Amino acid sequence: MMIVDFIATGQGHFQAIPPDWPGGFWWHWLFFTVVVIGFVLTMVMGVIYIERRGMGRMQSRLGPNRTGPFGLLQPVADAVKVLLKENIVPAAADKLVHWLAPVVAFAPALMIFAVIPFSNGALLADLNIGILYIVAISSVSTVGVFMAGWGSSNKYSLLGAMRNVAAVVSYEIPLVLAIVGVVLIAGSLSMNQIVVAQNIPFILLQPLGFLLFFAAGCAEINRSPFDLMEADSEIVAGFHTEYSGMKFAMFYLVEYAEAVAISAIICTLFLGGWKGPLLPPWLWFIIKVMLVFFAMVWTRTTLPRIRIDQLMAFAWKFLFPMAIINLFITALQVLAGWPTQLMWAMIIVNFAVTAFMVLIWSRFFFRLGWGRIEV
Amino acid sequence: MAVRTEPFVLNMGPVHPSTHGVFRMRVTLDGEVVVDIEPVFGYLHRGIEKLAEQRTYAGIIPLTDRLDYISSMNNNFAYCLAVEKLAGIKVPERAEYIRVIISELQRIAALLIAVGAFLNDCGAFFTPFLYMFRERERIVDLFEMVSGQRLTYNYLRAGGVSQDLPEEFLPALRKFMDMMPRFMDEYDRLLQQNEILIARAKGVGILPAEQAINCSISGPVLRASGVKWDIRKDDPYSIYDRFDFDVPTQPAGDCYDRYRQRVEEMRQSLRIIEQAMKQIPSGPVRAEVPHLIHPPVGEAYGRIECPKGELGFYLVSDNSIAPYRCHIRPPSLINLTALRDMVRGWKVADLIIIFGSIDITVGEIDR
Amino acid sequence: MKFERYGIGIAKGLTVTIRHLLRHPTVNQYPEQRLNISRRFRGNELIWNREKCTGCGTCAKTCPQGAIEIVTATDMAENKYIVDKYEIDTGYCIQCGLCVEACPYEALYFSHNFECARYRRGELVQGKEEMLETPQRKVSGYFYPDKAQKLPGQTLLVEKITEKR
Repeated sequence: MMIVDFIATGQGHFQAIPPDWPGGFWWHWLFFTVVVIGFVLTMVMGVIYIERRGMGRMQSRLGPNRTGPFGLLQPVADAVKVLLKENIVPAAADKLVHWLAPVVAFAPALMIFAVIPFSNGALLADLNIGILYIVAISSVSTVGVFMAGWGSSNKYSLLGAMRNVAAVVSYEIPLVLAIVGVVLIAGSLSMNQIVVAQNIPFILLQPLGFLLFFAAGCAEINRSPFDLMEADSEIVAGFHTEYSGMKFAMFYLVEYAEAVAISAIICTLFLGGWKGPLLPPWLWFIIKVMLVFFAMVWTRTTLPRIRIDQLMAFAWKFLFPMAIINLFITALQVLAGWPTQLMWAMIIVNFAVTAFMVLIWSRFFFRLGWGRIEV
Repeated sequence: MAVRTEPFVLNMGPVHPSTHGVFRMRVTLDGEVVVDIEPVFGYLHRGIEKLAEQRTYAGIIPLTDRLDYISSMNNNFAYCLAVEKLAGIKVPERAEYIRVIISELQRIAALLIAVGAFLNDCGAFFTPFLYMFRERERIVDLFEMVSGQRLTYNYLRAGGVSQDLPEEFLPALRKFMDMMPRFMDEYDRLLQQNEILIARAKGVGILPAEQAINCSISGPVLRASGVKWDIRKDDPYSIYDRFDFDVPTQPAGDCYDRYRQRVEEMRQSLRIIEQAMKQIPSGPVRAEVPHLIHPPVGEAYGRIECPKGELGFYLVSDNSIAPYRCHIRPPSLINLTALRDMVRGWKVADLIIIFGSIDITVGEIDR
Repeated sequence: MKFERYGIGIAKGLTVTIRHLLRHPTVNQYPEQRLNISRRFRGNELIWNREKCTGCGTCAKTCPQGAIEIVTATDMAENKYIVDKYEIDTGYCIQCGLCVEACPYEALYFSHNFECARYRRGELVQGKEEMLETPQRKVSGYFYPDKAQKLPGQTLLVEKITEKR
């Protein structure tokens, strides 16, 4: 009954089971485990559909439209096709590593959703260090990717895996520093508290942080223009060149589950999470996730891919100093009490700072393609 | 502490997403850096030069379609020029104009693919490629109207063209000419100033003018290095001396310049078509040529500026119905000779875009 | 100060792609929607006119692939050839059109048909009876402009997409 009320009205602090019920914790756990897994799988199907159709229209074609009404069943058809395919393991592969890699990559992508609030208090575990947990967990899938690259005993895979590790190690830092700005303003590490603290979306207070997080997040999950690890025109398919059948399906799932995860984190941290007028919170949340994902599809459709040394230079020479400066300015503003008292001044100042910093930094300190770094 | 490393060999191709067909490179890599490459080809060898020795002069034209299959009309043109030189055939005026229009349209179509594939190699996920295919489709539509086929046109004949243009061709071409500049502006808006593309392509894979001449590179690759050499201007064949057009060149000779060079050449081709459409006379389109040509004993070399460079056909006749020897100078193969020097020291990703910027067709390399 | 390197190029590119999202796509749904093919279409089949053919064999001599097989007998009474066997292996045929151009008696045409896929290679060989003109097998206007006039006009992409850019 509570669930029905909640879906209908979207009011109040959500609790699936009243905590004074016997075994309430376990019911909560069971309910949200099912919800999270179901959410991830359906969202992955949804974003695959959005990506293929949206990209198709942007490329002046239709995209898949034969399976089901408007091609809605295309992800299902893809899944069935890929699951029925033969599972080929190269003769020289490290069999155990090759077999384990998709699992190692997939688990963290799913685990991120444990702390994403779908509504006020509606999350599997309201950790008071939620965002820290995400940062810690999200880099674990790199291990899976590297296992895949190493285990396949293919040179393309190895190149892709090396690129992935290099990129993730570098991009973690600006990613975390961009998050810290938000955490300073919200005054909490808990994902739910961060959303509750957003009277206006933090993208207005942290425009630079948002851009940094978007760029670093795209690099973290191999979305274009940072998709060097599976750059199909260079290294065939990167780390999953030698995967087929079910294991390939797992990697495909990981790729999109991570994209959904980053979209969900962006919309929780910067876009006000589940907050929104009229519609129920979970719907707002899904709409925002889809919008962020659409922005990723849009950039993927338009932009060329950057090179590995430019990728590293971009992280260390552009994103990293910018993140530090952003953090410093935010800290000063928080110290002066701006987020509560002088919110409008803060919005204006931060947008001005963003424009100024991007211009100055790209004019005098860093330009894409300046010099070369050996990696 | 110095880490002990060793180079490793990567076999790129023959089946690889961006080797433009069945082309193979043995790449020696030091990490991501290319130490050495060795192109390996012959996977698409069909023995066209040998086959040509057993066919009639007219029967070779369908074979030339299959050399550089994305610019068939130009191949026909070069071959027909060689045969006409060999047999001393005079081509009617209207046929010359039709040839020029068709050949320039084909140049635009082929350059669209070249640019699209290059941008695709840079990683712009199929968007420019599909946009450019859309326009190529319009050109191919016009060719279908003229010749009845969409890829292997087999339209030109020794002594003219196979049939006159249908009457709906020129109005349709007019429409195409009106919309094409807008599309080209759109491509420029899409990626010309793109920061990532500039970072990727500017200064990458520089081919100095001197080396380009030494390797006898031709076509857009040569002109992007700053050498003003265009057979249409410097050794005018057909009626190219009647048209007013520029030979654009670029200063640096890097990948970005080669991309810009191709876009500029498309604009010049549009200019030529525009003038040819105004001047085209009426009249016969095919000289009185017997079905089986017996050219006098001798040899002839017909060459044209095809979208990839200088395409030449060298024919030796022994007064029979088939040439004694037919040799082809494929621009792709000769442009490829500079690849090794251009890519050494660059990364794998650069190797791909430098290779893409040379714009080869494997059908022509292997013949 | 030139704003070349500050993301302006990226922003321009993004506007181009988002504008295409709202535009009509340039594709057509093939088995349901069909465009008219060219009047001069060089189809997969050839059409042979039994009455006009004199059995001279020019087509077979011209064919660069050697896909045409013609066997004739002499009819002494009428003083002409009888075509005993006329076969075209469309599997070998490259649709170059040289035979149609070579025929001195206008007895050989291209068909306006496409979708001539078969399951077996043997079925690709067209015999005499399969080469006659029928309502299903229309004659293409390749090399015969008077025949081309009777066919429907080609659908052109230049005319289909007219929106402003």
